[in-house]
Amino acid sequence: MDLRDLYQEIIVDHNRSPRNFRKIDEHTHTAQGFNPLCGDKLIMYIVLSGDVISDISFEGSGCAISVASASLLTERLKGQTVEEALKTFEELHTVFTSPDEPEDLEALGKLGALAGVRAYPSRIKCASLSWHALNSALNSGGVTASTE
Amino acid sequence: MSVPATVQTQEFDVERIRADFPILHQQVHGKDLVFLDNAASSQRPQSVIDAVSHYYMHDHANVHRGVHTLSERATAAYEGTREKIRSYINAASTAEIIFVRGTTEAINLVAQSYGRERFQPGDEILITWMEHHANIVPWQMVCEKTGAKLVVAPITQDGELDMDAFTKLLTDKTKIVAVGHISNAIGSVNPIKEIIDLAHKHDVPVLIDGAQSMPHTQVDMQALDADFFAFSSHKMFGPTGVGVLYGKQALLDSMPPYQGGGDMILAVDFEKTLYNELPAKFEAGTPNIAGVVGLGATIDYLNQLDFNAVAQHEQALLDYAQEQLATVPGLRIIGTAKDKASVVSFVLDTVHAHDLGTIVDSEGVAIRTGHHCAMPVMDFFKVPATARASFAFYNRHDEVDVLVAALIKAQRMFA
Ligand SMILES: Cc1ncc(COP(=O)(O)O)c(C=O)c1O
Repeated sequence: MDLRDLYQEIIVDHNRSPRNFRKIDEHTHTAQGFNPLCGDKLIMYIVLSGDVISDISFEGSGCAISVASASLLTERLKGQTVEEALKTFEELHTVFTSPDEPEDLEALGKLGALAGVRAYPSRIKCASLSWHALNSALNSGGVTASTE
Repeated sequence: MSVPATVQTQEFDVERIRADFPILHQQVHGKDLVFLDNAASSQRPQSVIDAVSHYYMHDHANVHRGVHTLSERATAAYEGTREKIRSYINAASTAEIIFVRGTTEAINLVAQSYGRERFQPGDEILITWMEHHANIVPWQMVCEKTGAKLVVAPITQDGELDMDAFTKLLTDKTKIVAVGHISNAIGSVNPIKEIIDLAHKHDVPVLIDGAQSMPHTQVDMQALDADFFAFSSHKMFGPTGVGVLYGKQALLDSMPPYQGGGDMILAVDFEKTLYNELPAKFEAGTPNIAGVVGLGATIDYLNQLDFNAVAQHEQALLDYAQEQLATVPGLRIIGTAKDKASVVSFVLDTVHAHDLGTIVDSEGVAIRTGHHCAMPVMDFFKVPATARASFAFYNRHDEVDVLVAALIKAQRMFA
């Protein structure tokens, strides 16, 4: 188990300078992600134009894994349809939780960097926090997502 | 904890002590284990492990129920521990020693059995800002049912209880004071004797959460005059799943049972049940017999230690740890009380506590990261989480060095 598999350059970079780290006042959807185990707290803001995520951002505080994951999420999903976003959520969820080695990490692009958490079960919650928030924002119109 | 300067103690042989703890001698990720998460749960000496397995191999049967040999042996071992505990904490009687699952259950027992019966709307329960959730939530639950109010005494920037404010908050409305002896999050030692004396002037009973003090010091119930004192075996080198509620007999006698079931009754018919006497009244159902037996062996182990030497060793570890950690750039120690147990909470400016935990683990170092079940303390110091190194008497100075090197490595990783 090499720590650099977890803290890849991409992760360190997105933690140091998170993308889309701001509040969108005119959001159409929002949800909070809260990890009571470690105190990570993120808020996702989404602007839906029809079926398309025309803008997305986040704010909050958390460990490098949760911040980088949220940053990568916003980068990836901007411009995607809700359907595409939820499909990516499902794919990533499978990568995090399936006992089988992921087959095609390449297909996930930069998000593949998050697969390092597979070797650190206690950190999977960190990587999936923003995604759960996204999911609840899109599905239920904004309640607090918790990783517990 | 502070040590009287005049006390002379012999050299503390940490290697001899470490030899008693088999779990310490292993590698994690190819590195020697450095176990600095003792405030969450400490480790067990071989003699405790042996006592539990001996019990299961030779003596196990249910307690208080059989006339056969094994049941008598199990009962003798179980009740034998009760006497060992009584003597260890200098309680007046074994009737005052209630076996429970741990500190959490002990506090819930008092909150429900003592509090729910008595508290009225407008009554106040006085706690402090540095309590573990186990000494907050049970009281909130009672407040919800009774209309009593939870009053929280503030702490200072150093993480000490603000005694002036505490004194003012202690009034005729106060119906119980519940205070931790030592903060698990930041290590502060509270002046519990002073608190108890103050409260007694107002005829207010005091519950002390002793979860974090029992691993570091010996406590004398009669000298302290605490009304309730709660602790967990697993934090004081004994088995998990067992703990003790000490309560003054007159108080315990006046309280209704917490749970109903076997062992806590004298006679049952469907009209009315006659409750058993202390301590059985509060021990419904088959208890954690093996855990209690193991706790007995733990007390034997602690009894052969020189606690003055332990205190000096731990103070030296704490001083060294704080001094070395202070050399790490960007590191801030959270909790700088004058009287502190060997617990150091800290944050690094460039690395989140949670990432620190994972990175130092790869160097074999076990520390706790998070809010330590004390979210109000985190809020007070405006940090989402801290990293916490907590030392037991079997820790060594060079383990501090390994921790510090691991922290520097973490910083480099994020530089
Ligand atoms: C100060 C304090 N009180 C209460 C508890 C709860 O103890 P337990 O989980 O053993 O019931 C702990 C342990 O985390 C503690 O540190």
